[in-house]
Amino acid sequence: MPASSAGIRDVEPPARGDRYKVEDSRMADTVQSWVPGLQQAGVRPSARSGLSKFLRQRSTIAFLFCLPLIAIITCLVIYPAFYSIYLSMLNKAQTRFIGLGNFSYLLSRDVFWMVVQQSAIFALSAVFFKALIGLITAHLINNLPAKGQRKWRGMLLVPWVIPLALSSLGWWWLFDPTHSAFNWILTGLGFDEVPWLSNPYWARFSVILVNVWYGAPFFLIMYLAALKSVPEQLYEAAAIDGANAWQKFIHITLPMMRNIIAITVLFSLIVTFANFDIVQIMTAGGPRNMTHVFATYAFLLGIRSGDLPLGAATSLFMFPILAIAAVFILRGVRKRGREIG
Amino acid sequence: MSSTTMAMPAATGMRRHASLRRDRRWALITSYVFLIIFAIFFLIPPYYMVVTALKSDAEVAHMATNPWIIANGITLDQFKILFTQTDFLIFFKNTAIVTTCVVVITMVVSVLAAFSLGRMRFWGSSILATGIFLTYLVPDTLLFLPLFQIVKAVGLLNSYWGMVLVYPTLTVPFCTWIMIGYFQSIPKELDEAALIDGAGHMQMLLKIFIPVALPGIIAATIFAFTVSWAAFVYPMAFLYSADQQVLTVGTVTSLIRADVYKWGMLMAGALVAAAPPLVIYAFLMDYYIAGLTAGATKG
Repeated sequence: MPASSAGIRDVEPPARGDRYKVEDSRMADTVQSWVPGLQQAGVRPSARSGLSKFLRQRSTIAFLFCLPLIAIITCLVIYPAFYSIYLSMLNKAQTRFIGLGNFSYLLSRDVFWMVVQQSAIFALSAVFFKALIGLITAHLINNLPAKGQRKWRGMLLVPWVIPLALSSLGWWWLFDPTHSAFNWILTGLGFDEVPWLSNPYWARFSVILVNVWYGAPFFLIMYLAALKSVPEQLYEAAAIDGANAWQKFIHITLPMMRNIIAITVLFSLIVTFANFDIVQIMTAGGPRNMTHVFATYAFLLGIRSGDLPLGAATSLFMFPILAIAAVFILRGVRKRGREIG
Repeated sequence: MSSTTMAMPAATGMRRHASLRRDRRWALITSYVFLIIFAIFFLIPPYYMVVTALKSDAEVAHMATNPWIIANGITLDQFKILFTQTDFLIFFKNTAIVTTCVVVITMVVSVLAAFSLGRMRFWGSSILATGIFLTYLVPDTLLFLPLFQIVKAVGLLNSYWGMVLVYPTLTVPFCTWIMIGYFQSIPKELDEAALIDGAGHMQMLLKIFIPVALPGIIAATIFAFTVSWAAFVYPMAFLYSADQQVLTVGTVTSLIRADVYKWGMLMAGALVAAAPPLVIYAFLMDYYIAGLTAGATKG
């Protein structure tokens, strides 16, 4: 008898007669379930009631195990989601139902359209450069001898590990108007100082730069893992056919990684689109509201100005794009699950 | 005659081999050059934070000296000020309490659920698994305003216990999702053997599945830890007094007093606050990365 099963026996308390009975039936049913067709055919009616009892018991336990999770998701995700819709239809004091008033108010505001525009610019350009840098660095690391790969991977993942709020603070200090360490280098090289966060367009550039810095390592790790899973024989076959490195990349690496690239890009699109920390810390939406993204604008309206319904309405505008991305991610993950096994 | 025919292909072969090796060496050198450039880009902020934190206030304020190096000697004054004259230690304590509670809650809830969804199945379990994945994709900034009302309604506004209540929405879905994958990868014979030996489901989970899926559990724990340590939106929206504040928001907002930004102290605070995730990463890098990549490959 294996040691582990003996250990399990030990834990089982000395049972009374009925307990043994339950155990026996359970044992029998398990043996039954090994034999395909027996249980569906209902060959042994006496065992069948025991089996159904067992199944019922088993699924009840399974459901009970899931109950805390279901409670959390229901109370703190699904309920708030519906409550958010209701909340967004109230007036500022939350005393009166105003229908779609908040939404139409937002749509009539220039600032809101600027937020939409900036969120799109922010998310699309940041994700593009994150993916690009991730792909390049993953390839560079994959070129190295196996021994050095770990060290480089460990070093390049550091931006992802530092809590974003704290590294944003570090970046803010790097961009400080009077002490900027970047400007020290630029003036030393004979260039003009750059108004990193005080000029709206430079501020937009800066928040995107920080987001790329933070998110690129995530892509690096995902792509590196995916690169390792591409079968070596494919490259060998291509080498025999005389393919150069670029051709190998286009005809082998990209098709093999297409799915993981899609998942990562969509996932990052959601996270970047909903990003809060960087903009809130570095610019708080300024100058002239030009760096606001949905999250910071909703925070400004909902918490700072105390108009929760209007803020909730702003957040809700994020929902359609998030939902579309989520559906495609789910499809991609399912497909990948099937491909893997 | 025969010797030349023999030598010819060998020579070209050798030449080709040599050029291949040279190509490979060049590829390696260019790889290193570009990697160093990227490494500089990735490591500039942490480096500059360290440098600033180890300077004296006078040197930080002095604009003529090279900001990238420490010219007037290393000092730990900034850390001393941080620990003695600010609320930083309160923030640290609050964050530690919140994170510990959230990690425990997350692991209990998600291991139970993942075991049930990955191994036992029941009516609607596959729909539930999909639902969990979709909740993982819901960002914290989508629902923080309705959650503000809910936290207020249960009387936990401006209390770090409110964070213990809401953080699991960020950690539980992902941890459950990757644990389902880990549990499903365990051979089916194992639980059948356990059932024959008369083990209950709880025993099966505790004695067999948790030990076997330990790498997954470590990865999920690290994920829950880093997420709740770094969370920013919820404390920013729900906490406003210093004695309840957590590290991320506390460092960013409360340490900035009056109009004078004490950058040396701020950077010292940011570094100490970032230290626990970095230490965990340094020691458990493989688990950290496994957790990171599992989201897209498991399940």
